[in-house]
Amino acid sequence: MKRVDAIRAVYDDLEKSVVVTIMGAVAAELQSIGHRPNFFYLQHAMGLASSVGLGIALCRPDLKVVVLDGDGSLLMNLGGLSTLARYRPRNLVHVVFDNESLLSVGGFPTATSTGTDLAGVAKAAGVPVTSTVNTIEGFRVKFAEAMAAHDLSTIVAKVEAIGPSAYVTDLSLLENRYQFARHLRSLQPSTSPAL
Amino acid sequence: MPVSTTNSRLIYEALKDNGVRVVSALPETWLVHLIRFAEEDAEMTLVRLAKEEEGVGISAGAHFAGVRSAMLMQNHGFLAAVNGIVSCAQLYRIPLLMLISARGEFGERDPWQTEGGLVTRHVLDALRIPHDTLDTPGEVSRKIHKAQTLAYSAHRPVALLLTRDLMWEEA
Repeated sequence: MKRVDAIRAVYDDLEKSVVVTIMGAVAAELQSIGHRPNFFYLQHAMGLASSVGLGIALCRPDLKVVVLDGDGSLLMNLGGLSTLARYRPRNLVHVVFDNESLLSVGGFPTATSTGTDLAGVAKAAGVPVTSTVNTIEGFRVKFAEAMAAHDLSTIVAKVEAIGPSAYVTDLSLLENRYQFARHLRSLQPSTSPAL
Repeated sequence: MPVSTTNSRLIYEALKDNGVRVVSALPETWLVHLIRFAEEDAEMTLVRLAKEEEGVGISAGAHFAGVRSAMLMQNHGFLAAVNGIVSCAQLYRIPLLMLISARGEFGERDPWQTEGGLVTRHVLDALRIPHDTLDTPGEVSRKIHKAQTLAYSAHRPVALLLTRDLMWEEA
């Protein structure tokens, strides 16, 4: 499974959600499909995408929050999984694209390449719904279930260690950040889609 | 436990008065009352962290959602959070109100706190984080308000160091 195809497979749902991504390939590929004001790309601070998502989800329980994480980032903040599970935001879907490598810095293998099971870690941390998927169709099904479930889910999607040719896009970090915050605040609870 | 309940209450009330509705924290002795006040307050969302750096992400998310937050941590927790502060809060211009217990300064009896006490202010300076100390009860409300005001006008992290004189009542 290619990550960009997996993102494309659920893009319609992402457009209707609040999305927080990690840096690198995930951010660049989502932008290549189409940037929206409800997408925020955390282009550094590896590990904190799930924490940013948790902060949003706790403050805006009326919105569906999707975090697009990666194995390298999540491994830098495994404790964050326990915090996520502890507060169990029912409006948050946590996707981990696991390519078993730190792709953007040269493809160095992460610990998932030698057996660390991130869905197992999430489950043991207390995330109520966890799964690992290896195909686009499998991802599409689990993602749809998670979006409908009204509970915290972690979906680990095993993807190929290939990415875009470039990671820097023409969307500046601060432009994205201010646009995202303004958009989020414009979504009044009464007028937001019931997600 | 001789942590000052009265002064902890002053700090907590100042946070509330300034609109703080999300507090992230990792417990340490001087912060026990502050964390308990947050936990017992139905208007406050308390996020107990595994590591302080997560709190930067929590505060960023809360800010994007339009909610004011504060981080409660020990100075060693601040040191553990530095990359998050630089690569999230400073890179993305997040207003961050950090209340940091200043362990390892004069009067410290715990040997393990002493190295952190030596470097905390230098690290704050190196990161160009405006900081001040909360030493006496009379300045708590005013300084918290002023620190938060700068955090939101500059869209940057600011720090208030909670000192032994304020937090600890010697037996």
